[in-house]
Amino acid sequence: MAIFRTWRGWGVLFAFLILLFTCPLFFSDRVLTIMTMIGIAIISVHGLSILTGYCGQISIGHVGFMGVGAYTSAILCAKLGWPFWAALPCAALAAGIAGLIFGLPSLRIKGFYLIMATIAAHFIIIWVILQLRNVTGGADGMAVPRAEIAGFVFKSKASYFYLVMIIACLATFLSKNIVRTRVGRAFIAIRDNDLAAEVMGVNLWAYKLVAFFIGCVYAGLAGSLLVHYFAFASPTQFPFMDSVWYLGMLIVGGMGSTAGAIFGAVALKLLDELVTIVGPILSTVVAAQAAASLALITRGLVIIIFLIFEPRGLVHRWEMIRAYFRLWPFSHEE
Amino acid sequence: MTFFLQLVVTGFALGMVYALVSIGFVIILKCSDAFNIAQGHFVMIGGYLGYTFLVPFGLPVWASLLLAIVAAIIMGLLIERFTLRPLVGQPILAVIMVTIALASILEGLATLFWGGEYKAYHGVLPTLPLKLGEISIPSETSIGLIVSIATVAILMLFFRYTKIGLAMRATAEDEQVVQSAGIKVTTVYALSWVIACIVGVISGILLGGVSGVMTPMAEVGLKAFAVVLLGGVNSIGGAIFAGIILGVLENIAAGYLDPLLPAGGGLANVFPFIIIIIVLIFRPYGLFGLVRIERI
Repeated sequence: MAIFRTWRGWGVLFAFLILLFTCPLFFSDRVLTIMTMIGIAIISVHGLSILTGYCGQISIGHVGFMGVGAYTSAILCAKLGWPFWAALPCAALAAGIAGLIFGLPSLRIKGFYLIMATIAAHFIIIWVILQLRNVTGGADGMAVPRAEIAGFVFKSKASYFYLVMIIACLATFLSKNIVRTRVGRAFIAIRDNDLAAEVMGVNLWAYKLVAFFIGCVYAGLAGSLLVHYFAFASPTQFPFMDSVWYLGMLIVGGMGSTAGAIFGAVALKLLDELVTIVGPILSTVVAAQAAASLALITRGLVIIIFLIFEPRGLVHRWEMIRAYFRLWPFSHEE
Repeated sequence: MTFFLQLVVTGFALGMVYALVSIGFVIILKCSDAFNIAQGHFVMIGGYLGYTFLVPFGLPVWASLLLAIVAAIIMGLLIERFTLRPLVGQPILAVIMVTIALASILEGLATLFWGGEYKAYHGVLPTLPLKLGEISIPSETSIGLIVSIATVAILMLFFRYTKIGLAMRATAEDEQVVQSAGIKVTTVYALSWVIACIVGVISGILLGGVSGVMTPMAEVGLKAFAVVLLGGVNSIGGAIFAGIILGVLENIAAGYLDPLLPAGGGLANVFPFIIIIIVLIFRPYGLFGLVRIERI
């Protein structure tokens, strides 16, 4: 199936891209920072979308794999003096390999047991980062050089915005295409019924590992971009609950859809921003701890509300709105 | 030698904590097939409830326990009715995510009401300080052991001799058959959440009495999964046994290996997760679980 069935779809896409890439002209640095963070989240959620949304292998250790990518890139650049453009693919590769290792149990187990294995993966990875104090700086963190390509340093918010958005667009394009290939169809077959998939000749062993590899490559890219943005890497940038939050983005956006990953990441990152604005106000009105508790409660509530009332996510709402306008004045197709 | 024995004894105490958390988890899993990530948070809420009733309200111990149990029943019913029941029959990811979301909300509520601060009420609950030669036995051990054994005994009697207990065991076996036999499955689900909440809250009060309460206390819930997996996900007795094994092993490993590791070790924090990976690769059904895990 083509990405767009009509030329109008391509037109809308290009209009959107032009708008996106002219954003630094209109917006302040603060808005650009938020958009950069959304871009990084989109890259990460695309990986989770392939692994969990398409292949059905639930992972609650995604942030751990981001940590692997982040620290690989940080160590290569800061300690070994590698250029950023070479460290970024290595970070992705290292995260992918970590994904392969922790994906091994998926060959024997699924469902809850796999979730446990990925949670364990997160804590083991963070522990190893803390232990390798000589290279990673342990809990104190480490300084990371700014991203630099051919002498150009991505120092301003706008330049980093362009870097992240270009990679996010490429990641989206790649992810959209992966799921349309033979590999993607094998993933969907495994998700829908692994036994039937195996009977049809899908090699479960190979394809599950490929799913873990691809998913974690995306995570590694996102992790690397994150620490180069802050020019600092520390284990506190990769908290366990963020893994849950990335799964939440997938649920809110809609599982098994490339657009869903984008919708979810944008919606929940914006919600986070709203909480950081409302939180301090609430803190002064109610109690000092209200800001912290508001963040926790909204995160939990949003996931529960979507699971119960819209399990197919925002992307399903979006399709319904589009269908409404396409079919108007009729209510449904004959 | 004294060092080793002391490690074993404190490990035993830790193991009892794990076992208490795991029991509630196994009950829900057995009856309603839901994996409750929030079980550690029930324990934390229990600790804070115990603090509230004992210290600011100044109630006697028996009244506090009673009130905490009432609160646990209400909490269990609300959680089941508003979050789990709409998701009956949904895929496993939905059920697990909903319990993680619950954990987040419970932590948020604890932060809101109690400020997420460290609250202690030492000396309010009766403690059992014991000393064997040079080794002091922490109160967690004796209290945890007594409560776990009492809980398991009561639950076993409940499951064996009451009609609703029989219904719960039957539901664990096959819910469609149970429904056609005229048993309300929703009641059984609600009851299993209520029992898990009560177990969690009681263990929270006891643990809070020994070591104080704090929001990170809930992280014990994540570690308790190693216990659950090691013991076999559907065996209550296995949970206690595995809890003790894991607590002791974790303490010995941390005691002897931590000095050898750079950055001060902290092996105790990660040991249960290493156990999880090992168990999942070699024996996914645990030590005492039914060999019925979905294999591919």
